[in-house]
Amino acid sequence: MKMGNDVYVLGIDMIKFGKFPERSVPDLGAEAALLALDDAGVTINDCQALYCGNLMQASAMVGQRLLQEIGQTGIAVVNCANACATGATAFREGWTAIKAGLYDMVLCVGVEQMAGAGLLGGGGGGKGIPTEGLLGSGTMPAVFAEAGMEHSRKYGTTFEQFAKVSVKNHHHSTMNPKARYQIETPLEDVMGAEMISYPNTKLMCSVNVDGAAAAVICSEKKARELGMKRAVKVRASVLTSDRWTQRDLTMPDVNTCTRDAAAQAYEMAGVGADELNLIELHDCFATAEILHYENLGICKDGEAGRMIDEGHVALGGRIPVNASGGLLSKGHPLGATGIANIYEVSTHLRGEAEKRQVPNARLGLTHVIGLGSACAIHILEAPSS
Amino acid sequence: MSEEAAASKPLPIVPFLKIPDSGDPYLEGSECKKCKAVFLGSRSVCSSCGARDQLAVKKLSNRGELYVFSITYRSFPGIETPYVSAVVDLDGGGTVKGNLIDIEPDPEKIKMGMPVELIYEIAPRKDREGNEYLTYYFKPANA
Ligand SMILES: [Zn+2]
Repeated sequence: MKMGNDVYVLGIDMIKFGKFPERSVPDLGAEAALLALDDAGVTINDCQALYCGNLMQASAMVGQRLLQEIGQTGIAVVNCANACATGATAFREGWTAIKAGLYDMVLCVGVEQMAGAGLLGGGGGGKGIPTEGLLGSGTMPAVFAEAGMEHSRKYGTTFEQFAKVSVKNHHHSTMNPKARYQIETPLEDVMGAEMISYPNTKLMCSVNVDGAAAAVICSEKKARELGMKRAVKVRASVLTSDRWTQRDLTMPDVNTCTRDAAAQAYEMAGVGADELNLIELHDCFATAEILHYENLGICKDGEAGRMIDEGHVALGGRIPVNASGGLLSKGHPLGATGIANIYEVSTHLRGEAEKRQVPNARLGLTHVIGLGSACAIHILEAPSS
Repeated sequence: MSEEAAASKPLPIVPFLKIPDSGDPYLEGSECKKCKAVFLGSRSVCSSCGARDQLAVKKLSNRGELYVFSITYRSFPGIETPYVSAVVDLDGGGTVKGNLIDIEPDPEKIKMGMPVELIYEIAPRKDREGNEYLTYYFKPANA
C-alpha cells in the first residue's frame, strides 16, 4: 500500500465544560491531555512535541506547566494564543509539524478558564478616555449584532430567525453529556430574554465556561503501526487572517476570512460543501451562525434564513450544524473551543455520538474565528475500516 | 504649547479627529493614490495594496449613510444604556463607528441606509487628569 503524508487524529477527548473555580488552567489541560492519550492508547512518552493553546494566560507557559502534571519528557512545547481560534491554531501547528515530517506523533491541547471574564471586548484602553458608549460599542455582542444586521440589511433576516439558531443549538445540547447546559430553550424564552445588543439577547450569546480538549495526532506511518480503526483523517487544515476590506477598521469583517479559509479548505480536501455530513461552526453569537452558513458555502448567499426556518441545519436535517450544542449551549472556553469542535466532529465520524449521532457521517468540517481576525477550518474524514 | 494651554482646549477622542485652531473640527483619513482605498487616520503603508508612501491626507465628509447598527443594552459598568451603536459610510469614502443620537433606540425607527450627519460635541466624561475631550455623534439628516 502506498504511504502518503496524511495526518490522523489518533485520540481525542474533552472534559465536560463547566465552572471549576477551585482548579487551575494547567490542571484542566492535563485532564483533557490524559483523556486524549488514553483514547489514542499511547502515553506522553510517545509524543514528540506539545502544542498548547490558551488565551488568558498566554504568557504563563501553560504547556510546560501541564506537562508537570502528566510527565516531563523534555519535548518541545509551543504555547499558542490566537483569540477564539487559539485551540484550532495549536492543533494546526501540530498538523504542520507532522505534515513537514518533523515528528510522527504530537499532543495538542486547548484550555481556558473563564471565571469572571464577563463581557468581552470594548474600546479604549491606553491613552485618552474609554470610547465605549461614545463611539458606539466594541463589546463582542455588539460587534456580532452589527455583523448580523449587515445580513438583515442585505437579505431581510429577522430577529426571530437569529433567535431560532439558539433554540436549535440548545436542543442539540440536551443530547450532549459534555455540554455546559442540557436545557430545552423555546423560542419565546430566547426572544424574551434580556436584550444585550439588539438583535442578540442573553440566550443568543455564547456561554463563558471553563474547559479543555486535547488531541493526539500522528503521521500515516504511525497510524498504520498503531491501528487505523478509529483514526480520523485530517483532510484539510487552513488558517487565515483578515484581508483588507472597506469597513474593517470599524466593523471587524467576520465573513471574508471565513470565505477565504473555506475556499482553501475545500480545495485542499478535494471536496465540496455539498459532500459534508456535519459542521461545528463558530456560533459565538446567534447572529454569527447565520452568516457562516453562507460563508462556508452550505447554501447560497441570501438563503441562510431559510436554512434555519426549514430545519436543514438541525439534527435530522440535510446538514446538521453544531450537534454538540455549539458555543451557545455547550459553552465557549476560548482556548479549548477549536479542539472541542474537532472532538465533536471526530466523535460523529467514529459513530460514537450516541443520541445526537449524525447517521453515516463520513465528512465533517470544523470552523472557528478569532477577532480580529483569524479563521481556522479543518475538514475531517471518517476512519475507513 | 504648555500643558496648561493644552488642557484649556478639548483633546480629540481619537487621533483622526482634527481640531484646527480656526474653523470647525473634522475627521481625517488617508487615501491610497495607487488603489484608492480610504483609511481612518494616517499611516505610511497601504494595508489594502501594500504600497509605500502613496497615502495622501484626506479630509472626510461630515455626511454619510447609516450602514448598520445595533442597540446596546448591556455595556461595561458606568456606561449609560441603551444607545445606538452605528457604522456609517461617509460620502466620498471612509467608514466610521459612533453613536447614533436624536432617534429612539427602536429597531423599527432606525432605517439602514438613512442619511446621517456628524456633529461634534464635548464628551460627557473627562479623563483622570481632568482633560475634556471632543467627540462626534451621528444624527439623522435630511436626504
Ligand atoms: Zn493601496
